[in-house]
Amino acid sequence: MSTNPIGQRKRYQISKRANQISPSGIRKFFDLLVDIEGVISLGVGEPDYATPWHICEAAIESVEKGQTMYTSNLGMLELRQELSRYLKHEYNLQYDPASELLITVGVSEAMDLAMRAILNPGDEVIMADPCYVAYSPCVVLAGGIPVMVPTNEEDSFELSAADVEARVGSRTKAILIGYPANPTGAVMSRDKLEEIAEVAQRKGLLITSDEIYAKLVYGVEHTCVATLPSMKDSTILLGGFSKAYAMTGWRIGYAAAPREIIAAMTKIHQYTMMCAPTMGQIAALEALKSGEDSAAEMVEDYNRRRLVMVKGLREIGLPCFEPKGAFYAFPSIRCTGMNSEEFAETLLTEEKVAVVPGSAFGERGEGYVRCCYATSLSDIEEALTRMKRFVSRHRID
Amino acid sequence: MIKDILKILESDARTTPKQIAAMTGTTAAEVNKLIKEAEKERTILKYKTIVNWDNVEDEQVWALIEVKLTPEKDVGFDSVAERVYRFPQTRSVYLVSGTYDLFVLAVGKSSHEIADFVSQKLSHIEGVQGTMTQFVLKRYKEDGEIVKGKEEVKRQPVIL
Repeated sequence: MSTNPIGQRKRYQISKRANQISPSGIRKFFDLLVDIEGVISLGVGEPDYATPWHICEAAIESVEKGQTMYTSNLGMLELRQELSRYLKHEYNLQYDPASELLITVGVSEAMDLAMRAILNPGDEVIMADPCYVAYSPCVVLAGGIPVMVPTNEEDSFELSAADVEARVGSRTKAILIGYPANPTGAVMSRDKLEEIAEVAQRKGLLITSDEIYAKLVYGVEHTCVATLPSMKDSTILLGGFSKAYAMTGWRIGYAAAPREIIAAMTKIHQYTMMCAPTMGQIAALEALKSGEDSAAEMVEDYNRRRLVMVKGLREIGLPCFEPKGAFYAFPSIRCTGMNSEEFAETLLTEEKVAVVPGSAFGERGEGYVRCCYATSLSDIEEALTRMKRFVSRHRID
Repeated sequence: MIKDILKILESDARTTPKQIAAMTGTTAAEVNKLIKEAEKERTILKYKTIVNWDNVEDEQVWALIEVKLTPEKDVGFDSVAERVYRFPQTRSVYLVSGTYDLFVLAVGKSSHEIADFVSQKLSHIEGVQGTMTQFVLKRYKEDGEIVKGKEEVKRQPVIL
């Protein structure tokens, strides 16, 4: 605590905007966890793999060669060219590496830039509830207003076009989607996405699509919204390397969008970030060039754990929506009569298993908890054993 | 399905059929059936344990032996290879491309034992032209497993 010369506590004037956003609901939980030993955490949101070695090796070599300077504000041209080839190959989408791609510090920065580039004060952005914890604050920090569309388990946590349309008003600027979804593991079907795209077209809205989990789908296909007819010009596509290539700490993401939007995002990026970390960009280049096999192996492995986790949760009496993407299961915990925060806290103190309360992801996340299965099978099995004891002790029905 | 099962068993042979069933979305009975078939067809050759003998102070000497052969009419290298792999000292025997023909991993209790095997047995086999023996000084990685163990990756316990 800072004090002035006469010992009084100094008061700081925090901006209204910063005060407008709340700390993540997970923070308190994190503090609780630090002091407990023997905790199995299903609370992480990242792969449990270390980055594939050939990717690390490429970065190490670049450092040894002295490639430690800034890159272009947009990111290394070679990386943008490779990314352009990747998007062409993966989605048959042509993005100009010189003007339509921007390398960012993770999708997080890309999301922030996108919102700041397109929103005027009071503009509205429509998004699903529950959704990733950063979406709403990103909109608020850019001066916008988040408009939540409830989604529910019965509709596989997919966003409904009718519900979206009902919330479109004169100030609506964009629809923000993030599928495969954190925290639900939901994947948006092509049909449903087409309906949303149709609303966006008709109402003249942009779609900002966070596709960080695009590669993590199981037995279904991910549809990139920019691939839908005439949607490329209305889409800000955000992607990254963290989840598919186990590269969370490298902090590399990207935005692919119409050149005017990339130009605006680049202005903000150059004054706030200069460029994404050089070593990270070199690692990302290697991931794009030859990371396909290691990514595919990890997906296979996640799928095994997904099956174990979902089956296990259902067997212990927690109804669980079938997640088809990302690496999260989102079971309902209503049978215990607790709210999701109570459930998570009591489970942590009684059985030392950490899960994330669904309420951290929005009102509609209440009654659920997020369990990440990107952890070893033995930990998943042990966590399920402990949760079984817990649920049978606390069931009220 | 069988490929999935084989991959799981290859990384941990002690995974139970029940666990494999959960990991692949099938039943334990189906897994058992497929494993039995794979064993019968010799797709699964054997279940074994990778041991770090250094930890129990049991001396073991490993040698990688390159063997140059003269091919025989009709059977090529197969019959010589068979005479080589019948020796219990050979752990693995491969036919390889390059400057020599067979690559043999031999394991013995001492370097003398390996030396005796090479000089008195292997080099006398008809069709063996010459050998080059390299003793293993240290095992870093065995069958995909890092001998000293992987470094534990520390993650934050809770992350968005």
